Amino acid sequence: MSDKVDKNKNYAGRLSYSYRRNLRERLIESVLFLSAALSVVIMLSIVVMLVKESFVFFQYVSLWDFLTDTQWTPLFDDAHYGILPLVAGTVVSSAVALLVALPLGTIIAIYLSEFAPFSVREIAKPFLELLGGIPTVVYGYFALLFVTPLLQMLFPTLPGFSLLSAGLVMGIMIIPYVSSMTEDAMRAVPMHLREGSYAMGATRFQTAIRVVMPAAFSGIAAAYILGISRAVGETMVVAIAAGMQPNLTWNPMEPAATITAYIVQVSLGDLPHGSIGYQTIFAAGLTLLLMTLVFNIIGHVLRKRYREIY
Amino acid sequence: MYCANVTVKFIDNSIMNKTDELNKLRRIIGLHKRWDFLFMITGIIALMIAILTFIALFAQMLIDGMPRLSWDFFTSFPSRRPESAGILSAWVGTTLVMLVTAATAVPLGVGAGVYLEEYAPKNIFTEILEINVTNLAGVPSIIYGLLALGLFVYQLGLGQSILSAGLALALLILPVVIVATREAIRSIPVAIREGAYALGATKWQTVYDHLLPYSSAGILTGIIIGLARAIGETAPIITIGALTFIAFLPPSPITEGFPYISFEWLTAPFTVMPIQMFNWVSRPEEAFQLNAAAAGLVLVVMTLTMNGLAIYLRYRMRKNIKW
Repeated sequence: MSDKVDKNKNYAGRLSYSYRRNLRERLIESVLFLSAALSVVIMLSIVVMLVKESFVFFQYVSLWDFLTDTQWTPLFDDAHYGILPLVAGTVVSSAVALLVALPLGTIIAIYLSEFAPFSVREIAKPFLELLGGIPTVVYGYFALLFVTPLLQMLFPTLPGFSLLSAGLVMGIMIIPYVSSMTEDAMRAVPMHLREGSYAMGATRFQTAIRVVMPAAFSGIAAAYILGISRAVGETMVVAIAAGMQPNLTWNPMEPAATITAYIVQVSLGDLPHGSIGYQTIFAAGLTLLLMTLVFNIIGHVLRKRYREIY
Repeated sequence: MYCANVTVKFIDNSIMNKTDELNKLRRIIGLHKRWDFLFMITGIIALMIAILTFIALFAQMLIDGMPRLSWDFFTSFPSRRPESAGILSAWVGTTLVMLVTAATAVPLGVGAGVYLEEYAPKNIFTEILEINVTNLAGVPSIIYGLLALGLFVYQLGLGQSILSAGLALALLILPVVIVATREAIRSIPVAIREGAYALGATKWQTVYDHLLPYSSAGILTGIIIGLARAIGETAPIITIGALTFIAFLPPSPITEGFPYISFEWLTAPFTVMPIQMFNWVSRPEEAFQLNAAAAGLVLVVMTLTMNGLAIYLRYRMRKNIKW
C-alpha cells in the first residue's frame, strides 16, 4: 500500500497532520492551564471583594473603633461597630467545639489505627465519613431541638439559645474530620518503628503515645488546624442554636452571635446594596478570613518544621 | 563457656530475691496492661459517642418528621399553614442548582486536576497553584457566599438566581473535585503512560484514552462527595440573599416549541432544601419544626445516599483494580 503512495505527498500530509496535532495539543494544554489558574483567580477575587467593600466600611468606621468598641449594633439607630462581641462568640463556640472534637477525634484515631481489629475499622471508618457528610443545617436542628432540651435538664438555667449546645454539636460534627486525618497520619508511620517499640517490650498504648504520635506530629497538627478552621467558619449550627444577638461574653451558657451568624442574620434581611449594613458583612467576612488564614499559616509552618521523612 | 558461667551466676544471684523481682516486674507489666485495656475502653466509648449521636440525630428526625412525609409533602409549595406546606419548590430548586454546580465544577475541577498532575512544569507558579488549592479548601463556606454576593449577584448582575447559587456552590466544591482527580490520576502506574507514548500517542491522547477512563471511578467518587456537600450547604445560599418563601416553580427547561430548551430558569428566583429547612427551624411554632424535621430527613437521606454511593464505589475500586 505505502509503496504506491507518492512519497513527497505523504511527507507533506504527515507534516501538516502533525502540525494540526501540535496545535490541538497546545490548545488543550492552555484550556487545562486556564482551569487550573482559575483557582488563583477565585482566591484573588475573594480577597479583592472583601478588601474592597471593607475599605469603604473603614472610611466610615475607624479601625480603632472596630477593634476596641465593645458593642456591635450596626443596624440600630445608635450604631456601634465593635467586632469584639462577634469575635468573642466565635472564640467561645469554637473553644467548646474543639474541647469535644480534638480529644475525642484523637482518641478515636488512635483506637482505630493502633487498637481496633480490621473488621471494626472497616465498619467505623465509612460510618464516620457518613457522619461528616450530614448537612450542617441538620446539625443545627439537632442542637436546637435535641441537645438544648437535654442540657436544660442538667442545667435548668440554660436559655433556649446557647453557645454551649451549639459548640457541643459542632464538636461532634468536627470529630470525623479530625479523626480521619489524624488516623491517616498515624497509619503513614512505618511499621518498623512500631515493631522496634514492641520489641523493647512497650505496650500498644505506650507505642501509640510515645512512638507513633510524635512521628505523625505534622499530620496530626494539620488535622487539628483543619478542625479549628472548620469550627471558626461554621455557620448554620451557631446561627440556629446560639441565637443571633451580639453579646460580649466568655460564658458558654449564654446566647451570643458569632461572626458567621451575624452575616447570616444580615443576609436574611433585605439590606440595600452599597449601604453601611451591607459593607459590615464584608468587614466581618474579612475578619473571619484573616482568622482562618492565621491558623492555616500556623499549620503550614508546623507541617514544614516537624515533618518526619522516612 | 564464659557466657554460661555468667548466666549461672546471674541465676544464682536472682534466686536470692527471685520472688521480689518477679513480683515487681509483674506489677509493672500488669499496670501497663491495665493502661492498655483502659485506653481501649476509652476508644470504644469515644467511638460510641459519635455513633450514638448519629443515631439520636436520625431517630429524633425520624420520630418528628415521619408523620409529615407523604406524597403531598413533595408536591405542595411552602405555605403559611404548616400542615399543608411542602417542599416542591425546594427540591426542584435543589435539582436545578445542582445541575449548574455539576456542569461548572466537573469540567473545571477535572481539567485543573489533569493539568496539575500531568502537564504542570515544576516551577514556582505550579507550587503557588498547589498551595492555593489547599488554601481554598480551608476557606469557610460563608466566605464563598460573600464572594458570590459581591461578584455574581451585583458585579456581574446575575441577581439572586439559580445561576448565582449554582456558581457559588461550584466554586466551593472545586477543591474537592481537583484533589479527587489528582489522587485518582496519580495512582495510575507510569507504565501505562509510557506504553501510550511508546505507541506514538500525544499527551492529550494518553490522558483522554487512558488516564481519564482508568481514573473515572475515583474522579466520580470525588464528584459525588462534592455534590453531596453542595446539596447540604446553606450558608453561601443564604448570603446571596435567596428568598425563603417561593410558592412557584422556575420556568421549565424544556419548552413546547422550537428550540425545545430554554435557559430562562437560570435567572429565576429559587429556594433549596436546606434553606427551606432553616426557614422552618427558625419559626417558633412547633408545627413548622415538624416540617423542618421532615425536610431534614429528606435532605439527610439524599446526602447519605450520595456519600454511601461514593464509599461503595471506592470500596469496589480498591477491590477490583490491581495494577
